Amino acid sequence: MAQDDLYRTVVLERAKAPRHAGPLPTATLNGQGSNPLCGDRVQLHAVLDGQGRIEAIRHETRGCAICAASADLMAGRVTGQNRTRVNRLHAELVEAVETGTAPEGLGELAAFAPLHQHRSRRRCALLPWSALIDMLNDDKDR
Amino acid sequence: MDQSVITSVHAAGSLRHVRADFPILSQKVHGKDLVFLDSAASAQKPRQVIDCMADTMRTQYANIHRGLYWMSERTTEAYEAVRDQVARFLGAAAREEVVFTRNSTEAINLVAHSYGGLLRPGQVVLVSEMEHHANLVPWQMLRDRTGVELRITPITDDGALDMEALAANLADGKVALVAITHMSNVLGTITDARAIIDMAHAAGAKVLLDGSQLAVHRRVDVQALGADFYVVTGHKLYGPTGIGVLWARRELLEAMPPFLGGGDMISTVSFERSTWANVPHKFEAGTPAIIETIGLGAALAYIESIGFDAIGAHEDALTAYALEALGNVSGLKVIGTAPQRGGVISFTMKDVHPHDIATLLDRNGIAVRAGHHCAEPLMRRLGVTATARASFGIYTTPEEIDLLARTLEQIRGFFV
Ligand SMILES: Cc1ncc(COP(=O)(O)O)c(C=O)c1O
Repeated sequence: MAQDDLYRTVVLERAKAPRHAGPLPTATLNGQGSNPLCGDRVQLHAVLDGQGRIEAIRHETRGCAICAASADLMAGRVTGQNRTRVNRLHAELVEAVETGTAPEGLGELAAFAPLHQHRSRRRCALLPWSALIDMLNDDKDR
Repeated sequence: MDQSVITSVHAAGSLRHVRADFPILSQKVHGKDLVFLDSAASAQKPRQVIDCMADTMRTQYANIHRGLYWMSERTTEAYEAVRDQVARFLGAAAREEVVFTRNSTEAINLVAHSYGGLLRPGQVVLVSEMEHHANLVPWQMLRDRTGVELRITPITDDGALDMEALAANLADGKVALVAITHMSNVLGTITDARAIIDMAHAAGAKVLLDGSQLAVHRRVDVQALGADFYVVTGHKLYGPTGIGVLWARRELLEAMPPFLGGGDMISTVSFERSTWANVPHKFEAGTPAIIETIGLGAALAYIESIGFDAIGAHEDALTAYALEALGNVSGLKVIGTAPQRGGVISFTMKDVHPHDIATLLDRNGIAVRAGHHCAEPLMRRLGVTATARASFGIYTTPEEIDLLARTLEQIRGFFV
């Protein structure tokens, strides 16, 4: 077991040393998602610009490596993106974990494609994304 | 591997022959040999059970108890013969004390509904901190329905039942029923059922033992224990799903109202009223799990053919071996270190979430459980959100435990 398809370097690195973790004092949006089954919890803090794009986002994640890495990769990936783009990335990630093949352009997020063999763990990778989408929707509804 | 472990494990009923009885053990998972270490959740099935059930459907099946024809009568005989087998398996005084249910959960719900319905507000049902949700939630529902009090008796930090606290909880004489696990599905702790029962009886309380885990590993003798209710579940006993057992003293069953109403549980029915069948049939409404019950009979026969002496020796040796092997894995902490224990080992590993442990083990063919193990309040008591759990069966080998320990060490290496 020298290397593992799912627990690739990028996943392990981001879980161990996240680049976008921590509080964001200037945040105007705060959201959270949790999985009561395993106790995973993701808290998100973000600032949007005048065009509804994510200007800055940070996460505080307590959970497994898949969830923590997903939150961190997500934060990096959605910075500068608007709601439509976030929804599209989420849909592509869902497709990747369900089929095992990542759509073109998913980039590092393709690391989660092997989750198609681990049905019960897909939620771990998707939890930060559903928290983000909920947070953005709540903001729109206000 | 320590030679004495190999010897005692292999002496226990010839492990190789036992493994050959379980067809699933030759399956591959993610291209690796299956190493199945989740028998506490549900055990694998020997071909004796599989064949018996298939043969029943092929050659000897009809609805039971009401058919007047040959095929129905033969199926009824086969079904009722399992009641005798279960009575012997549990050391019951009479076959009428054996009620077939769907599983342990249903058996406990039956008691909570029917016996619980006889309790009055102010009376107490006492459970422990280490109960499976199956032995907690039905009592919460009873409390909410009838106003009986639900009391929780604590465990010690090593995961044993706190006997002093139990005595204190029994002291006011209000406890009508003590419902406690005979072996924890999380900690592996085997409780001192004899002592619990003696204390409870002295305080005027009846005792229900949740034997879902214990009955797989040790011989149960409900009369020698002096128990009042005992529940087991077939799928953990190398039998099929959909069949479990409630054993209860006959006078208790007779005093209890029925649980579910319908066919088979009645004596006479008119539009105005119905009268109940005798025990145990009063508690077996509707067409039961006929094939599964007959399959349970094959499972019990299989267990008896190996014998609890061999099963106990095998599992004790494996458990001791595993505790040592796992104890040597860096960063690994065993949760539950009570002196009396069986082959269920929960653990956490520093810096690695239990779900990552389980997934990485799975990718190496090793099946363990991770999560709260249907015991959320216990997890909170232990101060963890989840654990990983390896549990053993009659087919588990020391080589599998070596592989587990080795793979865990590698997994840990990924994360540090
Ligand atoms: C101690 C204990 N009690 C009760 C149960 C419930 O068994 P079942 O789901 O078969 O009803 C289990 C199964 O996990 C258990 O381990």
